[in-house]
Amino acid sequence: MTSGYLLRRLGMLFLLIFVAVTINFMIPRLMPGDPVESALNQLVATGGGSVGDVQEIAEAYRERLGLNQPIWRQYLNYWGNIFTLELGTSLQFFPAEVSRIIWSALPWTLGLVGVTTILSFGFGIIMGALMAWPGSPRFLKSIVPGFLVVAAIPYFMIGLVLIFLFVLTYRIFPSGGGFTFGGNLGYNWETVWSILRHATLPALSIMLASIGTWALSMRGLLISTLGEDYITLAEARGLRPRRIFLWYGVRNSMLPQLTALAILLGHAISGAVLVEVIFSYPGLGFKLFEAIHGKDYFVVQGIVLFLAVSIAVAMFLMDLLYPLIDPRIRYQSR
Amino acid sequence: MILVQRARMISFQHAKVTGLLKLGRNMAHGLRTNKTLAIGLFMILMIGLVALVGPLLVDPDDARIGAYPARLKPSAEHWMGTQQQGRDLLTVTMLAIPNSLKVGLIAGSVGLGIGIVFGLSAGYFGGRLDTIIKLASDTLIILPGIAILVLVAVSIRTMTVEMMALVVASFAWMYPTRTIRAQTLTLRERGYVQVAKMNGMTGIGIVVREIMPNLLPYIAAGFVGAVSGAMLATVGLEALGLGPQNQFTLGMEIYWARFYGAILRGMWWWWMPPVIIIGLVFVALLITSMGMDQIVNSRLRRST
Amino acid sequence: MTDPALQVENLRVYYHTRTGPVKAVDDVTFSLEKGERLGLVGESGSGKTTTALAIMGMIKPPAIIESGRVILNGRNLLQLSKEQYRRVRGNQIALIPQGAMNSLNPVMRVRSHIIDTIEAHRRIKRKEDISGQIQSLLAKVGLPSEVSGMYPHELSGGMKQRVTIAMGICLEPSVIVADEPTSALDVVVQMQVMATLEKAQQELNAAVILVGHDMGLMAQFCDRIGVMYAGKLVEIGSVEQIFEDPLHPYTQLLISSLPKFDKKGDFKGIPGLPPSAKNLPPGCTFNPRCPKVMDHCREVEPRFLEARPDRWTSCHLYEGAES
Repeated sequence: MTSGYLLRRLGMLFLLIFVAVTINFMIPRLMPGDPVESALNQLVATGGGSVGDVQEIAEAYRERLGLNQPIWRQYLNYWGNIFTLELGTSLQFFPAEVSRIIWSALPWTLGLVGVTTILSFGFGIIMGALMAWPGSPRFLKSIVPGFLVVAAIPYFMIGLVLIFLFVLTYRIFPSGGGFTFGGNLGYNWETVWSILRHATLPALSIMLASIGTWALSMRGLLISTLGEDYITLAEARGLRPRRIFLWYGVRNSMLPQLTALAILLGHAISGAVLVEVIFSYPGLGFKLFEAIHGKDYFVVQGIVLFLAVSIAVAMFLMDLLYPLIDPRIRYQSR
Repeated sequence: MILVQRARMISFQHAKVTGLLKLGRNMAHGLRTNKTLAIGLFMILMIGLVALVGPLLVDPDDARIGAYPARLKPSAEHWMGTQQQGRDLLTVTMLAIPNSLKVGLIAGSVGLGIGIVFGLSAGYFGGRLDTIIKLASDTLIILPGIAILVLVAVSIRTMTVEMMALVVASFAWMYPTRTIRAQTLTLRERGYVQVAKMNGMTGIGIVVREIMPNLLPYIAAGFVGAVSGAMLATVGLEALGLGPQNQFTLGMEIYWARFYGAILRGMWWWWMPPVIIIGLVFVALLITSMGMDQIVNSRLRRST
Repeated sequence: MTDPALQVENLRVYYHTRTGPVKAVDDVTFSLEKGERLGLVGESGSGKTTTALAIMGMIKPPAIIESGRVILNGRNLLQLSKEQYRRVRGNQIALIPQGAMNSLNPVMRVRSHIIDTIEAHRRIKRKEDISGQIQSLLAKVGLPSEVSGMYPHELSGGMKQRVTIAMGICLEPSVIVADEPTSALDVVVQMQVMATLEKAQQELNAAVILVGHDMGLMAQFCDRIGVMYAGKLVEIGSVEQIFEDPLHPYTQLLISSLPKFDKKGDFKGIPGLPPSAKNLPPGCTFNPRCPKVMDHCREVEPRFLEARPDRWTSCHLYEGAES
């Protein structure tokens, strides 16, 4: 891997982070309205106190949060805060810190997205390869249109159908949450089992659509790879069909699939966010949803920024991994 | 010398016209033989018909709060039942479908339009313009659109259908830009472009008259893709509750259904129809785009 | 007279389309002696590549081998099962593909390619055992030993072709089928690749079928030349005979259209176009363009006969010659 490649990728990463932070900073400030005041007004509406008091409190808050300083100062402060991981305080769950909220929700989302992505990718690739293998049974080829339909539908909609089927009609799974409260919580099998039960439907919603997408793209990629010249020569050299299919066909199709994985990461996370909302699954998505409707600006900002930066970093890591797999990129400078 | 140029230009013009005629004929032929595309377009046509005719068949008053008893199951009087606030769901749905489609279409078109302008400019003129556009589209395409859209949507006071469309469009232009830019780069080197340059055609003239007609299949495929992506983002935002507040849309119906606990209370007639309709729209778009892909690819194969 | 290395008898390869069969290869017969170099020439679409592929057993639907025999070492290859044919390919008959093709797997090193080819047919105890073999193989095709660890994108076109030759000869086949191996290579590299092929073939005493349309190349490399037109073999004879005394009118036009060094003249082409394979003219397929056409030619197809000793052609002009 050349240093040039590394530098370019790093540059891209920094650019992405810069853009994400700037957008994150600019957008709420471009919109009319004042976050602090509207949040306080809401508190007044639900709790008590008078409008006059709100003005004073708002002024105090603004001073404290630095919202009455010139914009460029705020911008620099924002960057400073980010480096110290100080993303603000939640207005809804005052005085919980945004970073703490993200930290507590992260494992749930990571688990859900991580596990489903790996499983969907794995199963999808295998299914796709089987669908492209000329010798596979006819019924496999016939489920292609079925996959198409499911792959086109957004994850959360599948989630809704699943709820209808397996929560209401056949009461197998719980309706939401991350685990069941009460009972014997702690590091024991009961808790683990509860977590798994609650995670099954959300995971299934994501996986049903994802497997379809991966399978279809693998099949398409494989079919076009199998049309390449080196496959013809491999046949002419008398190589065994299975070896050609796996080591010349599937293996070469994996490279573009992995790139696709990196690019689709953002898409997968967005989909997961909605699934969490539907199932009240306590991950980042659900917290985001709560924050949106509680007008909890700082939490919204914090989560959005976190997601954007995570995706940028994930792409960077994929970019580092890629030369290891594709020799064409590894030996570009020889 | 001039005679040779003139002769070449005439033959290229002729080739261009025949090319366009062939394109038209190919597309018609493609429609006849390509069942996938035909099915997809048929589905879209049907949905479009419902969207256009539906609102004319219902009385918006039926969709007001308290118009009817709440939470009624589907019956002869209310084909789709009523929801929590007593609105007749058939009316609501008929009014919601065109709004949802509108957002998708506007966002997709604007996104594609920007994509065409950016892609053509970047691909043809190259240089600094190209670098800027390429960097911008590559950067923004990686950022999670939904996340940024959420941010924007939260910051807007009142959301309308048109605003939603614009917001979504701001993230729909990147993919078309990239595809069109790539195609323009290849077409830029073709013979008829060089001839046009020799004959003194300006950059913009060349782009519009020589390159764009050859991009039509890609533009058509890009349109379907852009609308599809726009609808996905829209439905996502709406399901989170960030959609238009005062107009009916399918995604918002899903949000309201969840808000009022319809899902867990078994009021399937509230949330299922929007889900089914949205599903159909996506499937139709997917089938159409697959059909178009087949046509574009077979043209590629035949021309090489 | 020893047994020929390869015998092709009445080979027919048809594509079955909705509008009727397309006769890509129509009743082709020839034999190939051990160590002999046969050139198969013809225009695009004449069926020469299809013949080569048919010999390799790589014809796929919608094309089918209608009838005929391909006899190698006493066996009719066309009767073999898929697995049996696979064991022949690369082992007893090798293919050298077109020069322009993307014939090497981009993610595998050169030595992996060779190991793969050998492993498909022989048992290898340990990879270390054959590294010496790989080195000598590369040396035989004129490649330095570093190439063994390189990836295809690091090699030039000529080097890649020499790798395919190395793969072709590593199992010591008795027949090598070279399908336009130097197309898209520049002239200097062409000579290098052909020289490599020549040397390799001579060492093995393998028979070669060289498919192409570069008559100059054929003249330099081949012992015999077969001329194909519209799926049929219209003439076959030694290189000298074909060039100095072509029998079939098509061959005559072909030879006369070649630029000569000794005298300047006008370029002569062959008027008309080859027939569409779906719409073959009745009688002799060449009759619309033949300068020596007779009425008989438009009705009856000529048979492939030995018009002169060791020279075969299908033309009514010579029908009386065989006795």
